Amino acid sequence: MVDTLIAKRHLMANKKQTLVAMLGVTFGIAMFILMISFMVGVNQFMEDTMLSSTPDIHIYNDIKTDYTTSIAGEYFNDRNALVLVHHPKPKQVTLNIKNAYGIINDLRRDPDVRYVSPYVSSQVFYNYGPVQINGSIDGVNILDEAKIFDLAGKMVEGVPENLLSFDKGIIMGRGLAEKLDLGMGDMVTLTTPQGTTMSFRVVGLYAIGISTIDNTRSYVSLASGQQLLGEDRSYITDINLKLRSNKKARVKAVELAKKYNYKSDDWETANSSVLAGNIVRDTLTYVVSITMLVVAGFGIYNIMNMTINNKMKDIAILKAQGFAGKDIVRIFLSQSLFIGFFGAIMGEILGFLLSYALSRVPFPHNDFIALKFFPVEFNPAHYIFGLAFGVVTPFIAGLMPSLKASRIDPVAILRG
Amino acid sequence: MNEALIVDNLNKYFREPEDFHVLQDISFSVNKGEFVPVIGKSGSGKSTLLYLLSTLDTDYTGKITINDIVVTGKKQNELARFRNENIGFVFQFHFLLPEFTALENVMLPALKLGRYSKEQIEENAMAKLRGLQMDSFANKLSSKLSGGQQQRVAIARALVNDPSIIMADEPTGNLDSVNTGIVFDIFRDLSHNKGITILTVTHDLDFAKGADRVIEMVDGKISV
Repeated sequence: MVDTLIAKRHLMANKKQTLVAMLGVTFGIAMFILMISFMVGVNQFMEDTMLSSTPDIHIYNDIKTDYTTSIAGEYFNDRNALVLVHHPKPKQVTLNIKNAYGIINDLRRDPDVRYVSPYVSSQVFYNYGPVQINGSIDGVNILDEAKIFDLAGKMVEGVPENLLSFDKGIIMGRGLAEKLDLGMGDMVTLTTPQGTTMSFRVVGLYAIGISTIDNTRSYVSLASGQQLLGEDRSYITDINLKLRSNKKARVKAVELAKKYNYKSDDWETANSSVLAGNIVRDTLTYVVSITMLVVAGFGIYNIMNMTINNKMKDIAILKAQGFAGKDIVRIFLSQSLFIGFFGAIMGEILGFLLSYALSRVPFPHNDFIALKFFPVEFNPAHYIFGLAFGVVTPFIAGLMPSLKASRIDPVAILRG
Repeated sequence: MNEALIVDNLNKYFREPEDFHVLQDISFSVNKGEFVPVIGKSGSGKSTLLYLLSTLDTDYTGKITINDIVVTGKKQNELARFRNENIGFVFQFHFLLPEFTALENVMLPALKLGRYSKEQIEENAMAKLRGLQMDSFANKLSSKLSGGQQQRVAIARALVNDPSIIMADEPTGNLDSVNTGIVFDIFRDLSHNKGITILTVTHDLDFAKGADRVIEMVDGKISV
């Protein structure tokens, strides 16, 4: 109690010095809060965009490029002969998943899987007068697909259900529609690589925010897709899955690939470059923030050392009068913690204000990025971490000078 | 048991800068309420002796007993508590904490002891200051007082926990003759009228003259 009284007096006697030490912590914490809020906001935005175009797991029939066994080898069947086939090519393959409905029913029963969306996908040409524009088409059960990618929230015009209520409807990426100069209700003619041609009516426009998708892809109903490709109702080329927890995707994808013997990509693998970017940003944030806090820590260490050097006589007389070593530690450590705690609180407030200000700054307008403002994430965990770090740093910085103070030999000083 | 302080066969060596036998076989005792100056030339070991007796310096052989309690061999924290309760200190320099008022400086050791409530401590500290005619300066910052006033505040601080013994190292070393006289009168009053034992190292022979008994140190020994 009397220790805190002395600590308080020391802090108040040197208000300017106390404030400077506090500001060191304040700026460190404020920058930490601002940077982490912004970086996590960016990461979240990237992940959301990514997940709006990538399913948790995508199962499809990949063209086999493994030519290590060759029928030529069997034909010659001669141990002494070296059989080498130059530039092998695949034989006629169908890209569909065999027993697709069996697999789909199996997946629907899987407790890890939340939604299953089977579809047919194909390259197509969009005819625009005499010009053909290259793109792709997905024949989907629109309700399943909408659940996986939250299509309803990405529609610029129309609703996903329009595919069900209109015969031969098509929902088109906004960029593609602009290129083709199409609006709602207009007709568009598609040509498949096999040469079939079919007309569709535009019943919706969507924009995901990724130009490679918005500029090329359209949705039609599963039946229309199968019809366009001249295939029967059992023809399915891809299956998209949404899991209950997308953290499990990597493990689950390997398991499914083994189980069904089809290529199975998880979202992390498909977007590893984006995730690598996230890791780089996170690391950068922590490195910069911790550096700033360490600098603030050194500031506190310096100031505490200076204070203690100025207070040698006071410490000696306190010890002579019966203050024990632990009282001295308490007197000086509590000053350091006071600086840290209030510096951190001010830093959190400043950091919040700066992050809030940033989140109100309009993002430069861009048709292909669905951002109105700078992405900022407000997460209480960051504030708790900041406060903890703002207290731990001064504790460590103040501990050494305080221990030094407690070991001062009063005799050496009192004798002069 | 009338002895406030019993010193038995005290020896101390300085290791730095070279081995030096600074105190040699010191034995004496001081009675309760005695006013005993310790005199001697520079380097005779009188200050060293005082710091051993004050329990601040524990690097010695022999035995020190204060108020029938053997302090030799006690732990640092126990000694801190012991000093707080039993010993008052006055130094050549006042060593007041500059951020605190005169009154607060006097109160600090009592607040540390925690025997009384804050109000009682304040009242008691005020009484000590009044006894030294310093009550009118109670609420001034200690750094704003003159040298003689500061030394009187330091004496009041030494008295606040009602110690049985006061140890002083050159208490008048920085004072003019008027203030020296004041401090002398205070010490004699404390020992004769309040029964407080006073052990003070001094250069000032006039100061020593009026005392009950003088201990003189010569080359690390007591000369009788």
